[in-house]
Amino acid sequence: MRTPLLLDIAADACCDRQALGGRADGVDFDGYRARATRVAAWLAGKGKANTAFLGMNGTALPLLLFASGMAGTPFVPLNYRLADADLNKLVARSAPAVLIADDDMLARIAPVEGVELVARSDFEAEFLGDETPEKVELPEADNDIAVLLFTSGTTGEPKAAVLRHGNLTSYVMSTVEFLGADEEEAALVSVPSYHIAGISAILTAAYGGRRIVYLPAFTAEDWVATAAHEGITHAMVVPTMLDRILDVMAETGETLPALRALSYGGGKMPEPVIARALEMLPQVDFVNAYGLTETSSTIALLGAEDHRIAFASDDPQVRRRIASVGQPLPSVELEIRREDGSCCAPGEQGEIHVRGEQVSGEYLHKKAIADDGWFATNDAGWLDEGGYLFVEGRLDDVIVRGGENISPGEIEDMLRTFDDIADCAVLGIPCEKWGEKVVAVIVSRSGHPDTTAMAATIRTKLRSTKTPEQWFVRDALPYNETGKLLRRILKAELAEEVCAG
Amino acid sequence: MELKPGSRWKSAVCDAQLVVVRPPSAPGELQCGGAPVVPIDDASAPGGAVHPDFAEGVLIGKRYTDEASGIEVLGAKAGKGSLAFNGVAMTIKGAKPLPASD
Repeated sequence: MRTPLLLDIAADACCDRQALGGRADGVDFDGYRARATRVAAWLAGKGKANTAFLGMNGTALPLLLFASGMAGTPFVPLNYRLADADLNKLVARSAPAVLIADDDMLARIAPVEGVELVARSDFEAEFLGDETPEKVELPEADNDIAVLLFTSGTTGEPKAAVLRHGNLTSYVMSTVEFLGADEEEAALVSVPSYHIAGISAILTAAYGGRRIVYLPAFTAEDWVATAAHEGITHAMVVPTMLDRILDVMAETGETLPALRALSYGGGKMPEPVIARALEMLPQVDFVNAYGLTETSSTIALLGAEDHRIAFASDDPQVRRRIASVGQPLPSVELEIRREDGSCCAPGEQGEIHVRGEQVSGEYLHKKAIADDGWFATNDAGWLDEGGYLFVEGRLDDVIVRGGENISPGEIEDMLRTFDDIADCAVLGIPCEKWGEKVVAVIVSRSGHPDTTAMAATIRTKLRSTKTPEQWFVRDALPYNETGKLLRRILKAELAEEVCAG
Repeated sequence: MELKPGSRWKSAVCDAQLVVVRPPSAPGELQCGGAPVVPIDDASAPGGAVHPDFAEGVLIGKRYTDEASGIEVLGAKAGKGSLAFNGVAMTIKGAKPLPASD
């Protein structure tokens, strides 16, 4: 099954429902599909293998995604935050391609054989006019790669993750009810196009019949103002975004009465932030989702009811589920495995493995999925007795101290319970005696953290091997734009400091 | 009738439109309102009557399955006829919708 089918059946069933953009000046489903078919015909005429995109969020993006599927050219969104040299490597890797780029980014791209540059303003002038154009009939394409997403490449050259039409449509159809949204619903999308959530948001909204409104780039002020003005009902945010959104709401007094559901993911949400969100937005259903690029987005989620039950519970086993990512989707299988491949018992940490139609587990020219369909996520985690999944971060981030595996997540959770700690990271730094030692990097609210007292508390509540041996105080921790803590950067900096010291 | 995943069909006797989500394990006939369905681009307008034994309707957004063959079909437009595979009535799949997560 191919992704354009999702738009096609929605456009047949509710052609005059608003699909993209503002309530007043948006594009309806009929116009959405008609424009996408024209873009597809144009792409097919260019005869390039891939369709690349470099730019901020906007209506051009969903048109290009569906048009690429119709034309049979994999869609390759590029990360505009990369340094020019790294960006140009990816541009070269996307050749032969048509590359639609924001006008102010054109100058960053070095000319390369096989890549035809198109200014976004020209593209929009051609395909985003006010008049709904005539739909073009196209033959069904047969390339089954829908999207190529370059991973962040923190450990070397970025890998091109392959998402096939079958993976994406399976994800959408097994998680979303066709036209399950009512006409009032609108999703505000602020994750960038080169992130899997930016891609899946387009597909799930089309199939669900929900209007999409884009923020070109995230600022909390714009987010709140747009959400209020457009009557936004649904949105996905990363942890750092939510905290800032709540700040702006507190400052402006905006209550966002239309908002019904907020999902979050892409990093650990500090419990105080989610508690504050539940209090400030009592009408909103919160969903915590966990997924990877290689799994076509969400594979486990903690729903609104789970949030409420966990927060209201006196049972510590239930209460702690607020920090879990909930239960695996019914359409995927999930196991926690030991290094020898056997399954972990409840409560025992291991590597998260997943299997299902939405799981691609594939990079360009390299399959990373086992013959029996299981994909090793490289994420450490465990399941509780009730089947709730706790994700402890990348397997590579697990600290190995004197042969003992220590997961930073548990210590970080403990640190966050101290009032003085605004943010924190726990890392393993190379050390002669233990192989690695546990260090904490904290952002202190007071500026005078009592690390001795904190260490004493951790020693009592966890154990001495999990107690940070060295403490570093910073003004802020490094995050990427989707809220992922850049541990490797931090680790490299600290390794230098520790050595120098 | 080649019931490939993603293939689109319409009822010959009512307004229902369908998408095959999962193919049947063996070839067979998909029926709506008691009559074989026709390809979505078939030019003929619905005619004839919905058979009273297959008149419970197709709902938009619902999924219908036939357990024996494994075929699964999505209701893409509603209609008065109900679905059958080789004469056996298909049943609605009672999946609880998940909350939006992206």
